[in-house]
Amino acid sequence: MEDWRKNKLAFMVFMGPATFWLLVFFTIPVVAIWVYSFGERGPLGQTYLAFSFDNYLRAIEPIHLKILWKSIWIGGLSTFLCLLIGFPVALGIAFAPDRWKNPLLLVVVLPFFTNMLIRTFAWIVVLGSRGVVNSGLGWLHGQADWLLGFAGLPDVMGQFTPLEMLHNNYTVIVGLVYVHLPFLILPLYATLEKLDRSYLEASLDLGAGQWRTFFSVLAPLAMPGIVTGCLLVFILSMGNFLVPDRLGGTDSMMIGNLIAQEFSKARDWPFGAALSFVIMYPVFIFFAINALMMRRRERVRAEA
Amino acid sequence: MRKFGRSLISQVSRRAFMQGSVAAVGITFVGGANRAWSAEEKRLNIYNWDTYIGEKTLGTFNARTGIQVQYDLFGDNEEMFAKLKEGNPGYDIIVPTDYMVEDMISLGMVVPLDHSKIPNLKHLDPAFTNPAYDPGMKHSIPYMWGTMGLGYKESAMDSAPESWADVLEPSRAAKHSGRIALLSDSRAVIGCALKYMGYPMNSTDAKQIAEARDLLIAVKPHIKTFAADNGQDLLVAGEVDITMEWSGDIAAVMQEEEGYNYVVPKEGSNVWVDNICIPKDAPHPDNAHKFINHVHDVDVHVEIANTIYFATPNKDAKAKMPKEYTDNPAVFAPDDVLSRCEGILSVGEHTRLYDEAWTAIQAS
Repeated sequence: MEDWRKNKLAFMVFMGPATFWLLVFFTIPVVAIWVYSFGERGPLGQTYLAFSFDNYLRAIEPIHLKILWKSIWIGGLSTFLCLLIGFPVALGIAFAPDRWKNPLLLVVVLPFFTNMLIRTFAWIVVLGSRGVVNSGLGWLHGQADWLLGFAGLPDVMGQFTPLEMLHNNYTVIVGLVYVHLPFLILPLYATLEKLDRSYLEASLDLGAGQWRTFFSVLAPLAMPGIVTGCLLVFILSMGNFLVPDRLGGTDSMMIGNLIAQEFSKARDWPFGAALSFVIMYPVFIFFAINALMMRRRERVRAEA
Repeated sequence: MRKFGRSLISQVSRRAFMQGSVAAVGITFVGGANRAWSAEEKRLNIYNWDTYIGEKTLGTFNARTGIQVQYDLFGDNEEMFAKLKEGNPGYDIIVPTDYMVEDMISLGMVVPLDHSKIPNLKHLDPAFTNPAYDPGMKHSIPYMWGTMGLGYKESAMDSAPESWADVLEPSRAAKHSGRIALLSDSRAVIGCALKYMGYPMNSTDAKQIAEARDLLIAVKPHIKTFAADNGQDLLVAGEVDITMEWSGDIAAVMQEEEGYNYVVPKEGSNVWVDNICIPKDAPHPDNAHKFINHVHDVDVHVEIANTIYFATPNKDAKAKMPKEYTDNPAVFAPDDVLSRCEGILSVGEHTRLYDEAWTAIQAS
């Protein structure tokens, strides 16, 4: 078989659209923001191009690092919860009878048909003081009160006070998990679906228990899907600014909100750009190291 | 076979490319010619605040002029500014607040207006026709004005709030702990804290701003959220009992439901005027002038004021408004209250002081 990489024309035809897309919609905007990040804010909020590291020095001030650290924490926790919920779901779909797979996948993707903003607002309706959950609890409370009164114990329950569920960091995590769950389920499902089941059977036949099989065979085999899914969810939740803005309380500012604030309220695009790049540099370094290691591995393989 | 395939692909792609570029040139040419000699197309792109227009305003405008309106919303001045900063994406009408008008004039982002095309300016109250931020209304026409204050649920208060202390002083705010919302507007919130401490609202003194910051950090445990201009919704939904808000947003709630009230704290607060402007490079400046004239038509303006319940600078429209509006202190703040209020001014490079204080408040 011919190595398709050797056919330059075919390679260009197939890579062309993707390269064009990457260049126009990724590289150029990112370079523009990178150039801004060395700029200066004019007194009226203009962006002056310059070559100054002030924005970066400001970005690593403790207060900004604290917000970054908090975003990493909240993003990490959301990712962990997504994995906890998403893994069984992906496994369930992958092992479901064939005719059920597509309907089940549709159910996972269905929320995407509604705008994320609306889905986030829906949580306000669900969790609000007069929201769905509190109305339900209030009704149960009323019924219990009535029953106890019937049993000769009036006024034991007292007045119903709605639970305060909105506007705190827990709600932010609930919102982030809800919004990003499909991003974990789908890649994980893709990996689990094409997994060779005979490994699982072999493990069970050879005397490993269900747990042992899960952690020593299934989980390592599913690792590419787990890593892709977790990375996606982590990056998306860490940078999310809509969910903390709408569901968060007074201490829910995440790095995304801070960057949004610099680009809007503070009219300080250079500083906002520097903040974005403080997150992007580690990602670039990670990918650069990854690429280097891949190349070395390939060379080793070629020599062998 | 492969050779044939290659030449076919390159031919097709070259021809497609040529066609594409010819088409693109054609479009630019037609577009340019069109703009040069024909009258403006019957379109108008408006960029306005949410809940800030009458229910019939756009309908009557279309009926009278045949102009189709595309209507977009923004949540605060800075959002609007950010969208127009690097070039006008196609808006003909924008509605910035006083200090923002001043900045946009300095940056050349709004164009001078032709007063001869806006005869309805004669209805404006002379008190509004020579504002400090735009002398002679050269670039902006006042639309509505109002104050910043506290909206509250009467049944949840022992006595009506009268001071910023009720929401900013930790010992007093504790009475309504977790039932208070402030706005997520850094200049307004820090500005009101400065007013409460007896400092000017537009202070550029780092020490004063730091004091205001520390007060807000101290009171934060009692604050439920920094509302994004939806304090009135939180109030009505029962999430909070007292909220910092713009006058008209609470006045509109008071019109619809019993049991809510609005007060401008005695220490003074923010008074502001929103203005209609035409941004630079607006595609339909003639239509925009027609729209400004339409908005200040007395009957049209009465309907707007009746819907949004902010204070109007249009004296002839005000004369036709009912007493619940004209005598409403939540709409028209009394003179003694106004004398203690200040407008937010642009603080130039000192903006960073407010920005850093705000980040510190959010992060603590």
